[in-house]
Amino acid sequence: MKRFAELIMKLATTTKTTAKLEAIRAYFSEANSEDKIWVIALFTGRRPKRSINSALLRNSCMEAANIDPWLFEECYHTVGDLAETISLLIPESNIDTKDIVEYSLSHYMNLLRNIGKEEDEVKALFVIDAWKQMNRSEIFVFNKLMTGGFRIGVSQKLMVNAIAKTTDISPSIIAHRIMGDWNPATISFDELMSTEHSAADDSKPYPFYLAYAIENEVSELGNENEWQAEWKWDGIRGQIIKRNDELFVWSRGEELMTDKFPEYKILQELLPNGTAIDGEIISLAAPPDEGNFAPLPFSALQTRIGRKNITGKQLKEAPVGFIAYDLVEESGEDIRTVSMEERRKKLEKIINKINTPFLHLSPVIAFEKWDELIEIRKQSRDKGSEGIMLKRKNSEYKDGRKRGDWWKWKIDPLTIDAVMIYAQKGSGRRSNLYTDYTFAVRDGDKLVTFAKAYSGLTDKEFAQVDNFVKRNSIEKFGPVRTVKPELVFELAFEGIAESKRHKSGVALRFPRMSRWRKDKKVEDINTLDDLKTMLKVFKEQYSSSIQNDDI
Amino acid sequence: MALIEFTNKGLFCPQGKFYIDPWKPVEFAVISHGHSDHARWGSKKYLCHNDTKPILQLRLGENDYHSVGWNEPVFMNGVSISLFPAGHIIGSAQVRVEYKGEVWVFTGDYKTEDDGISTAYEPVKCHKFITESTFGLPIYKWKPQDEIFDEMKNWIGINKANGKSSVFIAYSLGKAQRILKPLAETGLPIFAHGAVYNVHTTLQAAGWALPEVKRITPETTKEELKECIIIAPSSAEGSPWMKRFSPYATGICSGWMQVRGNVRRKNADAGFALSDHCDWEGLITAVKATGAEKVYATHGFQSSFSRYLNEIGIEAGEVKTEYGNEEQTEYENMNRDVVNGELSSVNSEI
Repeated sequence: MKRFAELIMKLATTTKTTAKLEAIRAYFSEANSEDKIWVIALFTGRRPKRSINSALLRNSCMEAANIDPWLFEECYHTVGDLAETISLLIPESNIDTKDIVEYSLSHYMNLLRNIGKEEDEVKALFVIDAWKQMNRSEIFVFNKLMTGGFRIGVSQKLMVNAIAKTTDISPSIIAHRIMGDWNPATISFDELMSTEHSAADDSKPYPFYLAYAIENEVSELGNENEWQAEWKWDGIRGQIIKRNDELFVWSRGEELMTDKFPEYKILQELLPNGTAIDGEIISLAAPPDEGNFAPLPFSALQTRIGRKNITGKQLKEAPVGFIAYDLVEESGEDIRTVSMEERRKKLEKIINKINTPFLHLSPVIAFEKWDELIEIRKQSRDKGSEGIMLKRKNSEYKDGRKRGDWWKWKIDPLTIDAVMIYAQKGSGRRSNLYTDYTFAVRDGDKLVTFAKAYSGLTDKEFAQVDNFVKRNSIEKFGPVRTVKPELVFELAFEGIAESKRHKSGVALRFPRMSRWRKDKKVEDINTLDDLKTMLKVFKEQYSSSIQNDDI
Repeated sequence: MALIEFTNKGLFCPQGKFYIDPWKPVEFAVISHGHSDHARWGSKKYLCHNDTKPILQLRLGENDYHSVGWNEPVFMNGVSISLFPAGHIIGSAQVRVEYKGEVWVFTGDYKTEDDGISTAYEPVKCHKFITESTFGLPIYKWKPQDEIFDEMKNWIGINKANGKSSVFIAYSLGKAQRILKPLAETGLPIFAHGAVYNVHTTLQAAGWALPEVKRITPETTKEELKECIIIAPSSAEGSPWMKRFSPYATGICSGWMQVRGNVRRKNADAGFALSDHCDWEGLITAVKATGAEKVYATHGFQSSFSRYLNEIGIEAGEVKTEYGNEEQTEYENMNRDVVNGELSSVNSEI
């Protein structure tokens, strides 16, 4: 555990990729096989089910540190992170440096896997006893393993590259092998890295090829003939795989979502074995038919994810379809190195054979000149898309985010000017700073809240707003302060939808602060009517259905 | 009439007609220590400790200063004012005020750990105790300074092995002097930002024996700065002025570094939770040692700390003052300098 905690601390204290890579490489060259497999599992989000809840951790900590709940809460709000709060509160005298037993990461992980079944008293004893064996950073990391939300700032790519340096397997093969459905408790490091295991796992998806945002003028991409343009859809990137008569649906976050979307069930019969299609899981306006589809805003899809049981009503109101972008496996063959143009032909062949309202080809946008495409892009919002994707026709299907062949070219966000009226302390990097704000627009002489945002400002601006909040608080409700309505911000967002949960009646997609409008006063901000007009326009755009043949 | 009142200009003694660490100009100001949130410009007369006087002269210019030693009472209209060591920085004092047998103590900023350079904190018995509570939460528990110094030296070693200089961000008055001795033990040359250097020479001139540091000037060559140690105030952090040290790593020395989020927010390579304020245990020990019947907590986590004191049976209330931490003040200075377009030439904080 000590070595793992050191690794985490090292990763946390550097922002430099080379240093992170070296830290992971060093860990992998020393660690035993069980620990290695757990690190891969943890770094790729394969954490065992949460077996100890945060209330139990809080109570155990209050007991061990002998403090009252209110004081614990004050500490927690200042630190902004439960795992760290506990690690700072467990008294030093409890960390008995003489008789500590060095247990490995896998030792604790295996215990954590099984402790879920035990009574709370047993769990509390286990936790308090474990803390006694650990130093401060170990306690922190151990708590993180129990509480979840463990963001370590290590991309999959980085980890894969680090592992590659300790084995003789290439990064792209490792990236593929660590995907899919495997259990760190039952598989060894060598097994995971072996070809046999890869072949045996029918569900195993391919690493997604991700695009960077285009940085320069689109015309700098060169000859138009070399590029294919498609709409950029706003759903969840996913892979549909059929092997050995079984169907698997993966999200980009490597979550197996097959059961969440009964609409796809039919594909188990219709798709040929040995097929992997890359595309977008997206909510479609009902009722979709084969030729037409119109996407619904992301908020419709949100009603479907995160739910265990899907009701008939949901299936009717927010049916989920799949827009196919690419074909990465055909007849059991990995075809990622075949040119995109060829892959597209193969994809079309498969999709055209299947008639289902839930599977569509991503339409190709015909254009001859870049100027023409610039015009077409302006219709993105009308099409229910976020912009345009540009893919080089002869490109391979790469793994991870790579520059050069695939670019995303998103449209400018919608914006609105609003005033900040509540502030709350952030967490993690921004603990103890007021960085999470609630915004309001005007409605007559009242202010109506409609959105929360906590990103988009520089650290320096956050510090200035924090200072303002501390000096201009009106009331304090727990961690939230009401603030004198004075600071005006321009909020940018990607979409707007009706909402019954919010007082304003609207919900925004991806709101963030795009500018601090120091030039504006609270009298100058937008009104609730402005928001409602936006909502109306936005809704109309979405309901205009998209026809495959009109593009 | 209370012996000390909390007014909008600062702590005021109506009987003695003086203020303690006022944040607006007044007739007579008793100054606990030289940090800019406690020692402000514009008052007619100042009373401070002998060791604080040269600092005030540096920072506030020539004024009507009267300075005294430890426990040398000055009388104002029958009120006795005397200073006791606060252990915060060189010259930092607790202000003891006595009238007709009633004793109040204002701590200014203080710490209970002896740092070996500031005169060590001494508990003072009193009836009413006004204490700072910058770090008044149990998550703040400092390691002994030698342990932190060892971490700092290790870190310097790692940086050197990677061909990097080590930049320490520390308050120019206080922290910068406190870390000098351990840094000097590495044998590497130590360079100082102008703000640090000014305080350094002022203290040297006042007779303090400090290890040698070199001032960074436009003439300082890149070769000289290679794999060395640099001490700079937080105003220099992330500024173009730092570019000349490249490649370097930044380590921040501040109690706030106890919380990881602060280290990350600052984008620092390392955070050293080295503070010149009391930690939670220090505050409680200090409060108990005074035997005070009533405690006023101010600054930082005053509401939590006073609530806790009440719960353990010590009557306490919270007071709002305008003392920020030194970091905040340096930050504001930085902004002012940015506005004036002078950041690249900052060599003094005020």
